[in-house]
Amino acid sequence: MTLGLSLGVVVGYLVAALALGLVAYRVSESTAEDYYLANRSIGTLVLLFTTFATLLSAFTFFGGPNLAYAAGPEWLIVMGTLDGVLFAVLWYVIGYKQWLIGARNGYVTLGEMLGDRFGSTGLRALVAGVSLLWLFPYVMLQQMGAGEALVGLTDGAVPYWGGAALITAFMILYVAVAGLRGVAWTDTLQGLFMLSVVWIAAAWLVSALGGVGAATEGMLAARPEFGGFGGGTYTPGFIISTAITIAFGVTMFPQINQRFFVAKSAATLKRSFALWPVLVLLLFLPAFMLGAWAAGTPVTVPENANVLPVVLGEYTPAWFTALVIAGAMAAMMSSSDSMLLSGSSYFTRDLYRPVVNADASERREAWVARVGVAGFAALAFVASLFRPGTLVEVGGTAFSGFALLALPVICALYWDRTTRTGMLAGVAVPQVAYLAVVLSAVVGAVPTLPRTVAGGWDVALGLMALSAVLTVGVSLLTAPTEEEDASRFAVAGD
Amino acid sequence: MTRSRSDLVWIPTFAVLVAFAVPWPLWGVDRVVAGLPVWIWWHVAWLGLCTALFALFVRSGAWERGMGRRPGRDVAGGDAPAPADGDRR
Repeated sequence: MTLGLSLGVVVGYLVAALALGLVAYRVSESTAEDYYLANRSIGTLVLLFTTFATLLSAFTFFGGPNLAYAAGPEWLIVMGTLDGVLFAVLWYVIGYKQWLIGARNGYVTLGEMLGDRFGSTGLRALVAGVSLLWLFPYVMLQQMGAGEALVGLTDGAVPYWGGAALITAFMILYVAVAGLRGVAWTDTLQGLFMLSVVWIAAAWLVSALGGVGAATEGMLAARPEFGGFGGGTYTPGFIISTAITIAFGVTMFPQINQRFFVAKSAATLKRSFALWPVLVLLLFLPAFMLGAWAAGTPVTVPENANVLPVVLGEYTPAWFTALVIAGAMAAMMSSSDSMLLSGSSYFTRDLYRPVVNADASERREAWVARVGVAGFAALAFVASLFRPGTLVEVGGTAFSGFALLALPVICALYWDRTTRTGMLAGVAVPQVAYLAVVLSAVVGAVPTLPRTVAGGWDVALGLMALSAVLTVGVSLLTAPTEEEDASRFAVAGD
Repeated sequence: MTRSRSDLVWIPTFAVLVAFAVPWPLWGVDRVVAGLPVWIWWHVAWLGLCTALFALFVRSGAWERGMGRRPGRDVAGGDAPAPADGDRR
């Protein structure tokens, strides 16, 4: 009975989200700009929550509390710094400029914007290819998260692959019909929903434990080191490396980067920017403290399981645990549907049309996009069955891959002297190097490469510096070609 | 429109906001205040401060001037397609 109830809550929630997507589909037009960018018509509340819900995924909802449970609540600071503050600043530096340029020239993807500025189909395809490469593990992460979530919720009655398959099917269906307007609307619903359930969950646990003070005392009695800031996993090198690579990586995430194009007005962007840190705090504080407080409870978390459902299962009724899982599934879906949608726009506009078939009709392009989404999601599903690492590990790898794009893009946005060769070198070389590092950890044939440089800094941080040096250095050594047009990025024309 | 000299103060302000979003001065401090470790309160207050200063940054007009634009205009100006234009939804 309880099992039926739990599954009913989760599936009911998925169906409600799908219904909303169908409504959005009915008001959508059939143009690419509407499908991918909702005609650049998104207002403050929806922009804020669609960015929020898109950003927060299995990585935040399960990975975060797991890490807080195992290593201490400092994860709150790491994620708060990178998502709440550094990302907000980058939102202004990269996002606003991109919005201005995008609105002026009608760009839909990052690759399209750079390809046009530098007159290079190769650069456009390279950026799209790199983005799709790192999108893959991140889509996989959502499927892993959903699989684990349903195992935790149903005590194993629904197997891991069943949960992963459920969310895969849902994502494909959703993206195929809804487009960005549907994604943005459901994101708003999902963002508000997960914010509410996580606060109720924290209040429930805290009252069961006898108040905030008692919950913290229990945590400190079990793990005294959780009280002091820093130590253990949280070295300054870890905190800084993680915060920088993830924050820069997030801005280059296709689904987040495209959010920079969709705002209705500058006022929308500005309001969202200012409200952002508080919104981030409102979610992270209860979510990660739940994980940290759980360390002081007698609950034992089985290996490979997520702490959140286990501890809630112990202290709250089954229907409420199911609601929280639905909230977490909401976080995963709202991230993955956006990822697949953005991924398909990169695939069709930056790879398929310019490289494979320039004369494809809109109809054919739409068809290719949907088949691409289904194929991509299905491959990620198969890969997720092998569970190649923890949620935080898989996520961290993807973020770092994206972060390597950020500095060349900032160069292109702000420095007119940037050349095509500079961009190609600044993007391609660090990517190849990072890919070799990642592969060396999983493929025996590749010799093991160091994951840290210069005494404890993440290798991705070193490669980010390399990408900036290469972009600037090679640009200085080469001359702009005739196809390049720095005026495409001018925004001060009025 | 040139950026005014006072706008430059936002650059170090943002640098400080980012740098001390991590409560470095409380490294290793384990005092508990009102039920939570004191460094968590620092974080809560800091993100509140960020929102207040970001709002001030937006209102000051430095946001637009930073991009070399005139403050007070909302849509992407000049020849840019205003997203709310007539025939577009």
